[in-house]
Amino acid sequence: MCRTNWKMSLHIDLIRIHFLKKTGGLETIHPFFSRMEVSMKKFFYSRKAAPFVFICPFVLTVIVFWLLPIGKSVIMSFQNVLQGQTEWIGLRNYRQLLNDRVFRIAVGNTFKFTIGMLLLLIPISMVLACIVNSRIMKYTKIFKTIYFIPALTSVVVAGTVFRLIFGESDRALMNQVLQFLGGDPIKWLKLRSTGYAALLILACWRWIGVNMMYYIAGLQNIPAELYESAAIDGANGFWQLIGISIPLLKPTTTYVLTISINAGLSMFIESYMLWKGNNSPSNIGLTIVGYLYRQGIEKNAMGYASAVGILLLLVVLAINMTQLYLTGFFKKEERS
Amino acid sequence: MKRHSNSSLAARKAASYFLFVVIALFIMIPLYALFLATFKDGKDMIQYGLSLSLDWEKLHFRNYSMLFSGSAHRYWIWYRNSMLLTVVQVLLTLFVSACVAYGFAAYEFPFKNLAFVFVLIIMSIPFEILMLPLYQQINDMKMSDTYTAVLLPFLTHASTIFFFRQYISGIPAQIREAGRIDGATEYGIFFRLIFPIMKPSFAAMAIMNGMNSWNNFLWPLLALRSDAKYTLPIGLNTLITPYGNNYDLLIVGSFFAIIPIVLLFLLFQKYFIEGMTAGAVKG
Repeated sequence: MCRTNWKMSLHIDLIRIHFLKKTGGLETIHPFFSRMEVSMKKFFYSRKAAPFVFICPFVLTVIVFWLLPIGKSVIMSFQNVLQGQTEWIGLRNYRQLLNDRVFRIAVGNTFKFTIGMLLLLIPISMVLACIVNSRIMKYTKIFKTIYFIPALTSVVVAGTVFRLIFGESDRALMNQVLQFLGGDPIKWLKLRSTGYAALLILACWRWIGVNMMYYIAGLQNIPAELYESAAIDGANGFWQLIGISIPLLKPTTTYVLTISINAGLSMFIESYMLWKGNNSPSNIGLTIVGYLYRQGIEKNAMGYASAVGILLLLVVLAINMTQLYLTGFFKKEERS
Repeated sequence: MKRHSNSSLAARKAASYFLFVVIALFIMIPLYALFLATFKDGKDMIQYGLSLSLDWEKLHFRNYSMLFSGSAHRYWIWYRNSMLLTVVQVLLTLFVSACVAYGFAAYEFPFKNLAFVFVLIIMSIPFEILMLPLYQQINDMKMSDTYTAVLLPFLTHASTIFFFRQYISGIPAQIREAGRIDGATEYGIFFRLIFPIMKPSFAAMAIMNGMNSWNNFLWPLLALRSDAKYTLPIGLNTLITPYGNNYDLLIVGSFFAIIPIVLLFLLFQKYFIEGMTAGAVKG
């Protein structure tokens, strides 16, 4: 700490010398400018205006590309939007949504998928990270590299590969595995349960490495002495996991939980790629966002689709606010 | 007693290796199957799906020669478009996000915390939920089928802003004060003093944004209409449609879509991991 301060102050001195040489007369304003321009320029360069100039692109993009569109979407969700004419229909879209059988299927699929992903990804990636951290293995670097690669592939590529692996032919990889284990080849992507499994496997394949990295980063904040003293007291790997790692990894788990829930609730492209479009047999791969896409883009029922979007947005916002609250973010911001 | 603990340690070690190797196989096999498929007929892919089976006599390099002879397909146009968009997106996003982050980190102003909570909330909304309103907004602004429409909404990337803000907070305020004393303008301080110091934090964010942009599928799919403007993921997606089942190009093209990123990853692994796990380390 001391050393960096010393370095920094040297750096500052060097910078000062540099500036004295270079920018001696930069702030003197040329008399050519009119009074108003002078004062505007002065304001632009003032310390009060500067932060707003810096954050202005953010504010503009948020207003133009997030707030305005969402606002319009909220309004549209109360309308029946047709080409050229719109009709205010109050809550009818939402009411219709509650009785929509296909929407219920989509919601069911999405939640089932999200829960499955949480149950698989979180424990596995946590255990993997603990093993890496415990240093009982060599070559962990190679494993980390390999595990990370799926996250680099585009969903288009990953989805296509998995669709072909889960092909119907008895010569597709998964059916070969089944036959090797003594089973019969099945049509993976046409049955509800196996289609669900395929989607989960694809999601795990893509995200296990990244989640493991989150946990490894989290574990590095836990002092090694804790594990040493636990080992002296006779706690083995399992009890160290239960007694030290899991409780102290709570912030990481909260974070992974939130992004996984977000990813699960907004799941769409994976299913889109796996079923070669948005139409899976008897909607076994239809998700909420898939339904939104179908209504909004494919059927051009913008009002109805907006209602779907707003409902989902509310759920996601509620979950994320809870996460921010749980990690104590609001408190911290108030203090600082 | 000691011997007992040694043998249980060995068992744990063996179990760990076993687990890691099994998962490594699970991860590598699909990619290996894709690699093998680049030497097989596209028609076989449609009929039989992907597998690890090898029929040495049937393997050929025709897919590669077709890919590289390239006038009958648009693959390299898509490739170039993707490259171009990725580079422009990374440069713009890093620059604008750095400015915004500096505004948040270096100044006090009314509603600052509220605005920053906004950054976090926006960061957490999955894009899929916003795609429809955004799509309409682009249409209303008469920007559809332009690269501006692809780039502009993501000009300020919330988690990049978050990452940069943390980094700038670590730079001593005395540097800014020194700049002020010596007569630099507020903007001069940022561009000449802070920006150079921030350089190390750019690598991770450049890689994260670059990867997102390279792999981005849903938004370009909605925003772009004309074939000549397609990016690689949407271009590849068109090959899957029932009309043009061109699996030769799809498979070998998919393979070459992964290659540049994997190579970059092997070279700059540290930055990849730093960039992609940046959101988890808060505080």
